[in-house]
Amino acid sequence: MFDDRYTLAFKRYPYKKSPDQDAATPVRHPVVVMGGGPIGVATALDLGQQGIPVLVLDDHEGVGMGSRAICFAKRCLEIADRYGCGKPMVEKGVVWNLGKVFHKDRKVFEFNLLPEEGHEYPAFINMQQPYFESFMLDRFEAMQAEGAPLEVRGKNRVENVIPHDDYVEIEILTPDGTYTIEADWLIGCDGASSPLRTMLGYDFTGKVFQDSFLIADIKMKSENFPTERWFWFEPTHGQGASTLLHKQPDDVWRVDFQIGWDVDRKEEMKEENIRRRLDAFLGEGVDYEMVWSSIYTFQCKRMDNFRHGRVFFAGDAAHQVSPFGARGANSGMQDVDNLGWKLGMVIRGEAPDTLLDTYNEERVHGADENILNSTRSTDFITPKSKVSHVFRNAVLDLAEHYDFARPIVNSGRLSVPCTYDGLSLNGPDALIGGPARSRPGSPCPDAPLGDGFLLGQLGSRFQILTIDADAPDSVTEDGVTATRMALSAADDTTGALADRYLGTTKSGVYLIRPDQHVAARWDSYDETALRAALRKACGKE
Amino acid sequence: MAMLNTQPNLAKADDFYARLIAVHDGLSDDASMALNARIILLMANHIGDQEVLEQVLAAAKLD
Repeated sequence: MFDDRYTLAFKRYPYKKSPDQDAATPVRHPVVVMGGGPIGVATALDLGQQGIPVLVLDDHEGVGMGSRAICFAKRCLEIADRYGCGKPMVEKGVVWNLGKVFHKDRKVFEFNLLPEEGHEYPAFINMQQPYFESFMLDRFEAMQAEGAPLEVRGKNRVENVIPHDDYVEIEILTPDGTYTIEADWLIGCDGASSPLRTMLGYDFTGKVFQDSFLIADIKMKSENFPTERWFWFEPTHGQGASTLLHKQPDDVWRVDFQIGWDVDRKEEMKEENIRRRLDAFLGEGVDYEMVWSSIYTFQCKRMDNFRHGRVFFAGDAAHQVSPFGARGANSGMQDVDNLGWKLGMVIRGEAPDTLLDTYNEERVHGADENILNSTRSTDFITPKSKVSHVFRNAVLDLAEHYDFARPIVNSGRLSVPCTYDGLSLNGPDALIGGPARSRPGSPCPDAPLGDGFLLGQLGSRFQILTIDADAPDSVTEDGVTATRMALSAADDTTGALADRYLGTTKSGVYLIRPDQHVAARWDSYDETALRAALRKACGKE
Repeated sequence: MAMLNTQPNLAKADDFYARLIAVHDGLSDDASMALNARIILLMANHIGDQEVLEQVLAAAKLD
């Protein structure tokens, strides 16, 4: 019997019997991805763009129902753009800049995010997760149509996994019974409760927060609701530590009520009880229709190691954070961005297997930063002791009167990508006067360039970015080629390019990785240094 | 590194001390605790220097 665990929003890949199911001996696949959620599909897009065959196994037949992750940050959108599906996301998504913070029955302050100019993508968009997944699946299908070696199999549930030194055996349950395949590499993108992690017996350690959240997505029938983010600390409209309201596409607003740990879930989920909370919160005379609701709890946990031989874990399967700051899906996309080029190089024989260990090194670094940030937000929103409650309210009281206290108010810090400071793939930072934001390990900041933007023109390969500096058109070191992109500070009349890549200096040479992170930088081209940095960035030093 | 000044620095120590106590006059214990928290946050922002603030936290523990 093949039971669905959840309802679908969009059926995208109905079960179809594969010839693998009748094969006399198990068919071997180069890369198998477990889980057809956003992270699994993104993994397929990354590797598929490199021409590497990927088979995605999903135990459902499409995109799950429910808005779930609704905030997609700039870096995530830039990665999606590299996969060819960033632009429809921004067209669909909602951008907001105005936020208001309330404490009890009064407004403490409001803020305008005033995003930095000169980026193709906004700081973030709000959009229901099913749309995010659908745009990636559209791209997946378009790539298939162009001949990319991608396949997704619906209603294929992984039942058992046996890792070997040089391959992985995978037993799969389908409506037609079970079959076995083999994979050179297996990537677990199977979510926070990862069956793969459980099957293989790996620990998932950290903190469970004793709190639950009631989410209600409502479609407003009255017109005058603003595109703003409203956050209440200790709202007077009902019990609970916080309430969050923000807008999604299709005139849908998300309301998050923090309702405590000791609640009767079944009772709370009844429509009349959800409506009672909503009515108290929205006030009289607001007409709305309920679209979706759910109760969730959260944890801040991660695996000790995201790589185990030929098995990788990415996204929520590897790490889970609190929802404050939108670091779930956003950090999962950064996992994929990090693993994709490394696995591609190892499969093509361009880099040693040890390069794959740096996936673990760099993304554990990222996960720890996300866990730290989201734990701090959680502790501010839900103080754990009397004294922390007193300080939290002191900050809110001061924020109402004095600017200095406003940056201390923490209702979730916007997800920004981490810099891989001090990690093993980084080369020298030899650009004296260069800005800190583009130091080795950093994701490249975007900048206007001609009619477009820098990041859209940087590719998914090693590049030598020169700004008012000489360098050869390409350098090949041990089978890996870095191609030059020659720019001048004058190419961007707004000055953003110079500001973000030169700082106080006049010329710069950057070695940039395929995931558009800076590997090393100098003030001028030095062949020996560049070759050494390229080797290092490929895990060869 | 900026050093926390633990030598006498208040010109009129008695005056400041009296004001510090007086500002709590008539407050409940909870209201006093909240006031103290606001005073600490205002002072911390005025100092601004994380290294000095770390020394304040350490020095106040008396160990």
